[in-house]
Amino acid sequence: MSVADPVAPAQVAAPGAADPRRHDGAVHAAIFAGLVVVLAAAPFLAYPVFVMRVMCFALFASAFNLLLGYGGLLSFGHAAYFGLASYVCAHAARSWGVDPALAILLGTLASGALGAVFGAVAIRRQGIYFSMITLALAQIVYFASLQAPFTGGEDGIQGVPRGKLFGAIDLASDATLYVVAAAIFVAGLLVIYRIVHSPFGQVLRAIRENENRALSLGYRVDRYRLAVFVMSAALAGLAGSTKAIVFQLASLTDVHWTMSGEVVLMTLIGGMGTMFGPTVGALVFTALEFYLSSIGSWVTVVEGGVFVVCVLAFREGIVGVLARRLRRPL
Amino acid sequence: MHTFLGIPTQVLFGQLTLGLINGAFYALLSLGLAVIFGLLNIVNFSHGALYMMGAFAGYILLQVFGVNYWGALVLAPLIVGAFGIVIERTMMARLYRLDPIYGLLLTFGLALIIQGLFRNSYGVSGLPYAAPPIFRAPLQLGFMVLPAYRAWVIVASLVVCLATWFTIEKTSLGATLRAATENPVMVSAFGINVPRLVTLTYGFGVALAALAGVLAAPIYSVNPNMGADIIIVVFAVVVIGGMGSILGSVITGFALGLCEGLTKVVYPQASSTVIFVIMIAVLMVKPNGLFGRAA
Repeated sequence: MSVADPVAPAQVAAPGAADPRRHDGAVHAAIFAGLVVVLAAAPFLAYPVFVMRVMCFALFASAFNLLLGYGGLLSFGHAAYFGLASYVCAHAARSWGVDPALAILLGTLASGALGAVFGAVAIRRQGIYFSMITLALAQIVYFASLQAPFTGGEDGIQGVPRGKLFGAIDLASDATLYVVAAAIFVAGLLVIYRIVHSPFGQVLRAIRENENRALSLGYRVDRYRLAVFVMSAALAGLAGSTKAIVFQLASLTDVHWTMSGEVVLMTLIGGMGTMFGPTVGALVFTALEFYLSSIGSWVTVVEGGVFVVCVLAFREGIVGVLARRLRRPL
Repeated sequence: MHTFLGIPTQVLFGQLTLGLINGAFYALLSLGLAVIFGLLNIVNFSHGALYMMGAFAGYILLQVFGVNYWGALVLAPLIVGAFGIVIERTMMARLYRLDPIYGLLLTFGLALIIQGLFRNSYGVSGLPYAAPPIFRAPLQLGFMVLPAYRAWVIVASLVVCLATWFTIEKTSLGATLRAATENPVMVSAFGINVPRLVTLTYGFGVALAALAGVLAAPIYSVNPNMGADIIIVVFAVVVIGGMGSILGSVITGFALGLCEGLTKVVYPQASSTVIFVIMIAVLMVKPNGLFGRAA
């Protein structure tokens, strides 16, 4: 899988000069700090609900990118994990009346478990087959959601209570909810950062670059693939659960294949295989969706057009281009 | 009334023919996907959208130009095939040196554009397309009554599939095609214009999808979304059969259609997912598909 990898140019530039990667950690820490500052200022500059939507999608896209950009596996069925978690979380919060923290946890765990089952099936084939298999598996979740008694069919689960976090913090006000959603988003992004920059992440990269070499070095390639699949599914579930609490809604839109396509598009716009690309992509995508909502059904056509343009002329994505210019991974 | 395992035979055979009809479309579509994948190494996500375009081409030919069903059966594949060739020359040809996922993403984007445009022009409610008058009288088969048009679809699709198989496996053109699939550099060294072969192959695969669309028009109503869900089922069919074998994808297509029809009788709730469940079972036992070659 030769997914655009911003690490490569940095490594090429390294000989002679001081290793630029030495400062990468500091740069990334600065970006995270900047992100926190932006998130603190954002609700005063834009609709808080809009920013929360961006954060949910950004976490979803970052989870997807963990699998694609670092594991080299293009899942075309990530809506299944996003949507299942959103249903489980919404059902737990509304029908069982559990604490929102527990509801979010349950949703995340459900998606992780589903990821373990589907992942074990899907990693039996690689490349283009993997994409087709994940898409087909996700259709099972879609049809199950359409028919299962607790999902509310076409209506979805509406009026999900935001509840009191840990029994104490009332999430009814948008401001409180915003802080919680932002905390979940930043924490999720930090977890992904940690995974990518751990020895586990290094092995993943090795497998992506040269599977046979990793195999001959004694790494159990399939176990690593399954592990990253489960992590990606669970984190997508975290995003889906948070979305259910924030928007008080879980619906078929979340499990439909169009959602799987949209998360691919966000990642493609921002830059596959970059740490901050999916977040930028989610921002661009949500803004596009927001400003285009007046043209109604033309949104699909525009989305398709953006797909085609990105694939033909802009494969590195926004952050990918930035990373190449700056000669360091972002 | 006759029954079989407690199911009225009329219901059973009715669902099985419906299954065979669906199977005929799975076979035609997966065949086109396999032919395109073999030479271009691209999974054509827009295959479903092009199938839908074929149905609409038939509808528009009738409504605007007064071309009847038989004319549409010839013209629609040519028109949509030509559209496919333009797409291949202007867009896909730029991606052959890249990872195949980009081909998948490009064709996914194209599918969104095509479906969106048709949805804007024709809405989402289906448009009727009458079967030609020759098929008006149903066939009395003794054990069941078979609508003649359905019989025609099964026969026509079988003939097209077998003709494609014959062309690829038994003629010199097919031999060239197979050689180009194995080793395009060597084939072009023999003086064969491989890029042109690739273009024509894509056009042919797309024409097959459009032909399926015209065949489908009188059975399902002509609808902008008709290709969106079927393409995912066809992906599962292709995973189950493996894309290595032409005959394999035809057999898998028909067999899975039958399985789906049977499930509709026995346990209707599972009929939309049974093919995906079979896919899981096959992947556990034979990861390369029933007819696939080892990777």
